Amino acid sequence: MIVTCPFCGDRPSEEFGVLGDAAPVRPADPAGDPEAWYDYVYLRANPRGAHREYWHHVGGCRQWLVVTRDTTTHDIAAVEPARLAKQTAPEKGEP
Amino acid sequence: MSGYRLDGGGRIDRSRRLAFRFDGETYGGHPGDTLASALTANGVRLLGRSFKYHRPRGLLTDGPAEPNALVELRGGARREPNTRATTVELYEGLEARSQNAWPSRGFDIGAVNGLLSPLLPAGFYYKTFMWPAAFWERVYEPLIRRAAGLGRATHAADPDTYEKGTLHCDLLVVGAGPAGLIAALAAVRAGLRVILADDQPEAGGRLLARRAPLDEDEPLIWRDKVLAELRSAPNVRVMPRTTVFGWYDGNLFGALERVADHLLAPPTHLPRLIYWRIHARRALLCAGAEERPLVFGGNDRPGVMLASAGQSLALRYGVAPGRRVAVFATADSGYQVARDLQAAGVRLAAVIDPRRDGEAPAGIEAPVYRHTVVTSTRGGRGLAGAQLLDKAHGRSIALDCDALLMAGGWNPTVHLTCHRGTKPVWRDDLAAFVPGETGDAFRVAGAAAGHLSTPACFASALEAVAAIGTELGKPVPQVTAPACPEEASEVTPLWWIKESKGKAFVDFQNDVTVTDIPLAAAEGYRSVEMMKRYTTLGMATDQGKTSGVNGLAILAEVTGRPIPEVGTTTYRPGYVPVALGALAGPHVGPEFRPVRRSPLHRWMLRQGAAMIEAGAWMRPSHYARGEEDWFAAMCREVKTVRGRVGICDVSTLGKIDVQGPDAAEFLNRVYCNGWKTLPVGKARYGLMLREDGFVYDDGTTSRLGERHYLMTTTTANAAGVMAHLEFCLQALWPELDVQVASVTDQWGQIALAGPQARAVLAKLVDGLDVSNAAFPFLAAAETTVLGGIPARVFRISFSGELAYEIAVPADYSEELAEGLMRCGAAFGIAPYGGEALSTMRIEKGHPAGAELDGRTTAQDLGLGKLLSSKKDYIGRAMCRREAFEDPERPVLVGLKPVAGGKLRAGAHLLTAGDTPSVEADQGWIASSCYSPTLESYLALAFLKRGRARIGEELVVYDPLREGLYTGLVCDPVFVDPEHERLHA
Repeated sequence: MIVTCPFCGDRPSEEFGVLGDAAPVRPADPAGDPEAWYDYVYLRANPRGAHREYWHHVGGCRQWLVVTRDTTTHDIAAVEPARLAKQTAPEKGEP
Repeated sequence: MSGYRLDGGGRIDRSRRLAFRFDGETYGGHPGDTLASALTANGVRLLGRSFKYHRPRGLLTDGPAEPNALVELRGGARREPNTRATTVELYEGLEARSQNAWPSRGFDIGAVNGLLSPLLPAGFYYKTFMWPAAFWERVYEPLIRRAAGLGRATHAADPDTYEKGTLHCDLLVVGAGPAGLIAALAAVRAGLRVILADDQPEAGGRLLARRAPLDEDEPLIWRDKVLAELRSAPNVRVMPRTTVFGWYDGNLFGALERVADHLLAPPTHLPRLIYWRIHARRALLCAGAEERPLVFGGNDRPGVMLASAGQSLALRYGVAPGRRVAVFATADSGYQVARDLQAAGVRLAAVIDPRRDGEAPAGIEAPVYRHTVVTSTRGGRGLAGAQLLDKAHGRSIALDCDALLMAGGWNPTVHLTCHRGTKPVWRDDLAAFVPGETGDAFRVAGAAAGHLSTPACFASALEAVAAIGTELGKPVPQVTAPACPEEASEVTPLWWIKESKGKAFVDFQNDVTVTDIPLAAAEGYRSVEMMKRYTTLGMATDQGKTSGVNGLAILAEVTGRPIPEVGTTTYRPGYVPVALGALAGPHVGPEFRPVRRSPLHRWMLRQGAAMIEAGAWMRPSHYARGEEDWFAAMCREVKTVRGRVGICDVSTLGKIDVQGPDAAEFLNRVYCNGWKTLPVGKARYGLMLREDGFVYDDGTTSRLGERHYLMTTTTANAAGVMAHLEFCLQALWPELDVQVASVTDQWGQIALAGPQARAVLAKLVDGLDVSNAAFPFLAAAETTVLGGIPARVFRISFSGELAYEIAVPADYSEELAEGLMRCGAAFGIAPYGGEALSTMRIEKGHPAGAELDGRTTAQDLGLGKLLSSKKDYIGRAMCRREAFEDPERPVLVGLKPVAGGKLRAGAHLLTAGDTPSVEADQGWIASSCYSPTLESYLALAFLKRGRARIGEELVVYDPLREGLYTGLVCDPVFVDPEHERLHA
């Protein structure tokens, strides 16, 4: 597979590491609702279709990326830097 | 005609003769032959024995689908079993042997299995070899292994080299038959970057074995014109002898190029095979179709073959398939083969056609029997005749023939289109499965798409390329297909001749007969996937290429279901067997993976270090002197460090440079302990948790400047911690102004440990005051050593002794090591290895890899006091969970044997008097060593309520290693519990 890194261009997928679901947002308060922390640490969506995932360009620019991948076809719809994605991440519940 | 070689025709070079050997006999052939065609030319029809019944078998096909003509090719280290004789190009000196036959293929004792066949029905493995259970390993399995096997692989190392390569193109055309050639031509004219891959040594596909003209001339004249234009174009790569075997995510294709398999041995400068990964923006499958055998009694006798195979023998290789050749056809293509053979000078015996309606086509100079089937065959090691049943007149006809060609219709080569989950679709009009919807990136044309006539093949290929050109913004100019006569291509399927007498084979390679399928259905295996596994149909190395569709059609018939409802089994990569050597490529032996070597590697070897693998790193285990074994060397090295002074390479520890105005805040968030108070010039132990609260890694981090820190990690987690820090900075807290960089490889680092360490260091440094007052425990400084080498000195200790670590730029590592040995000579300095280091850390109770195994908490390790409650950090929310505070959780303790005995990691702990059981388990030993300092075995263990049980005697239970000892629970710090040496 070819992944288009926003910093390096078209690169083979073997250069990347994959962490998984990019949707969970780290709760701000360490003493906050334990349920929210449980969700953040343990619960991951595994949807059929479009999925936003953290990928790491380990063998390249070492940037963390948010890759939108179709889990049925592996087609990649978007690749964006994680540091920008945090600001634009959809709120929980949104598609 | 000499032997079976025809007087003219074919793509062979009759001016050259090649000698080869089969089962020890020498034969001759020509360049252009396959092993199968050359053997046929020599009158050798019996090529091997079948898998289960050891029946005589000859060739069935003319290509990679071959289930029968499997041979052991080459000898010695290059011996390769199950090679299809129909795909082996003949070369001078070729050597091959038949398989499954003992003592010889002509007289095979295993053929007695044929007489026992009532005892060997479908599923006989499961029924016969069940009981008694103890017999399986000792009796049944070795017996089955010896009886089956299908040829012997070599045990010698592979002498050949293999390569891997990556290619990119706009359009990959798979198959260089009529459809593939015209597709490549049109795409090249449009300016697309094209790869044309074909498994044969020369392009043409079925054009290589047909007489029907193109543009009113011989078909290969048109092919040569196309190839000439392709060769002159800069934007196409034609790859002969290259089989595209798999379709993968992202339109990536796997292909195998046989660079040197047509030679006796690869030339020294060439690999044997190349595994290509082809990234294609678009791909077009033009792989044609594979002919189907017919299922009738005795359809496996040598001489019974596919019509297309007989056609190839005569027209491509100039070999008569027999002296009296009959054709059994349920498809019109059989008549074309009969006419082609006739014109090539082969004598026809008859054409047999089960179809009732319509007129027999003209131009056949032999009896044409309509509404007639073949019910059985006769002959010993080869076909001598066939028994026909004329169903119109109810009469039986005995036909003399020594070859019988089967034209049972065509299966489009759908395999690649299914590799990503698309299911093939049944078409009643073709009586075949065609590719399902694969999307724009991978299209299908020609016979592979179900277009069985040549004009339709051309038209479908041009249509597909026109659409691809439009999508890629390269309009395809008008390309005119060569004129060719319309061909009759009707198929009336007849899956199974029910009047058959004798065994009628569906899967030739696994010896599955037509009666096995109703048996499987009757026993409840009605799903095609279960029928496959129960009967083993399609599970041989040919993966059911000739048998799959016949098998499922018969299953449909016997279970009264339409074929689409039964469906196909799953087609998986690869389309043909791929040598493991090709997949490994050059990554074998020392090249299997990169080896990391410390900058001190060569220096350590010169000191006599025994190197061992530690992950990707090579590290010294010990430095033997004289006759010392590792144990003696370890004991001496420990005593040297504890009594005098020693040095140890610690360059492999991860080193991460952390800089920026928010660096302290960042460390505060990734470590569980506090960092805001650490002054410049000091180091601190740091403990890193995962977000789930368990311990991840540890190390010391030093503050080198206001905004500059140097973090160290364990060797094993260096890469993981680096990725984790980058994730935290980029994904969690992009607002922090911090940069991290791995500097592991930039610095060589040596630990200097022992009571004399300060005296040695004082001689090494260029003026740094190393007195205890000026440079106390956990001091850190940037300075120079040995007259100007830039260095960093840290007063930290893993051994528990007065110790320092000195880091220099990697290229100065050997100078540093030599300098330390020089400065320490008067004190009896010696290098020590990993064994001594590990022993000393256990003596000192420092947790390492076996204790930081991802399942232990800070509390378990006795480090709970480090968990800050004044800040947020990774793992903060989870590290105080109820279960983590459970007093029953096993925690770190020390363990000593009470009356001798070896404590070993992995042993479990029991309360004295308890019977061993999971419920009674009190904990386990994580690390152990023999301590030369205390002259006893020592262990670090995790024990329930451990801190409260110091002084208790426990049973150490180690049944697999004959261990049953009494152990005394103690504090994990065995040596210098007051830490006086650290601060000395």
